[in-house]
Amino acid sequence: MSERQIQLEVLRYNPETDSEPRYQTYSVPCLNEWVVLDALNYVKDNLDPTLSYRWSCHMAVCGSCGMMINGEPKLACKAFIHEYTDQIRVDPMANFPIERDLVTSVEDFIAKLASVKPYLIPKEDKPISAGEFKQTPAELKKFKQYTLCINCMLCYAACPQYGLVPEFLGPAAISMAHRYNQDSRDGGRDQRQEVIATDTGVWECSFVGACSEVCPKHVDPAGALQQVKVASTIDWYKEHLMPWMKK
Amino acid sequence: MNKPYVRPLSKTSWFLTQPRYKRYMAREVTCLFIFAYTFLLIMGLKRLAEGPDAFNAFVQALGSPLGVLFNLSVLIAAVYHSTTWFNVTPQAMPIQRGEEFVPGKIIIGAHYALWAVVSLIVLILGV
Repeated sequence: MSERQIQLEVLRYNPETDSEPRYQTYSVPCLNEWVVLDALNYVKDNLDPTLSYRWSCHMAVCGSCGMMINGEPKLACKAFIHEYTDQIRVDPMANFPIERDLVTSVEDFIAKLASVKPYLIPKEDKPISAGEFKQTPAELKKFKQYTLCINCMLCYAACPQYGLVPEFLGPAAISMAHRYNQDSRDGGRDQRQEVIATDTGVWECSFVGACSEVCPKHVDPAGALQQVKVASTIDWYKEHLMPWMKK
Repeated sequence: MNKPYVRPLSKTSWFLTQPRYKRYMAREVTCLFIFAYTFLLIMGLKRLAEGPDAFNAFVQALGSPLGVLFNLSVLIAAVYHSTTWFNVTPQAMPIQRGEEFVPGKIIIGAHYALWAVVSLIVLILGV
């Protein structure tokens, strides 16, 4: 296993002492098989225990270690050292306020995600004795890709629209609404439309497409948002031009 | 202690920070060329209404080096505009047949085919 000396340039911010963030460079002996998260762990364990960042699973499942690596939104556990030169710059996720070092505030996203009611709202109540809500493989496939979202927020870090207009509901939250709207067992679309088919909802999206390009789970949030736009437009025409078509 | 730091973001030059943002802006900017061409068509209608002399002068102006350059740049912009949008149509309009989704290439290909057919009709009607 080959070893490389990497210059890891990390944005540091201590809310107790700093008025603004600054870069600090660590020289880290990295194995070529490492990911950037391993390098950060090396710094934390051997060079500077004050460095703060989030991580948990180290296998692209928990969605905690999102950060900007050389300016690109990445999971630090999925960014392999061998894909980079000996100089790597690490910033906290763009478009989010910095709490400390690489730790960003997630409250805004959590509130937005909750606002779209990301759970099944059954069309009608039925007693448990009536059995399960059945679904065909085709009905499952219709929304399955969206279930792979791990709420890592990299799509928000990639979205310039979210950076410019922080009120924007954003890619992951709207994709999650779309996921439940597409579910044959769900009847909550009208409730979600009130939140997502708005100026700060899907109509704030201008289809830059960056969200889908950076998604580590290959979900296509940009596609979901365009589909929501198409469906919302059809709703409008039905309501205004063909009121008798309304369900 | 909770004192989050918000990094400044330039409202006017944010798109210079990432190649994918530049590609996005290139796609968006092409619509200005389409706008300019639409304006030219309206001007053509106005000249047509003013009589044969005015319209002939308009057509002659289109054939001037500047007119050709304008038409060529609009053509390039329109082709870029159309192809970039065609290429994202599978994301906006997925089609599910049975269990599987129709491959994106077929949806994109159908747009190109329709484009060719419409262009052919326009060409035949125009000659």
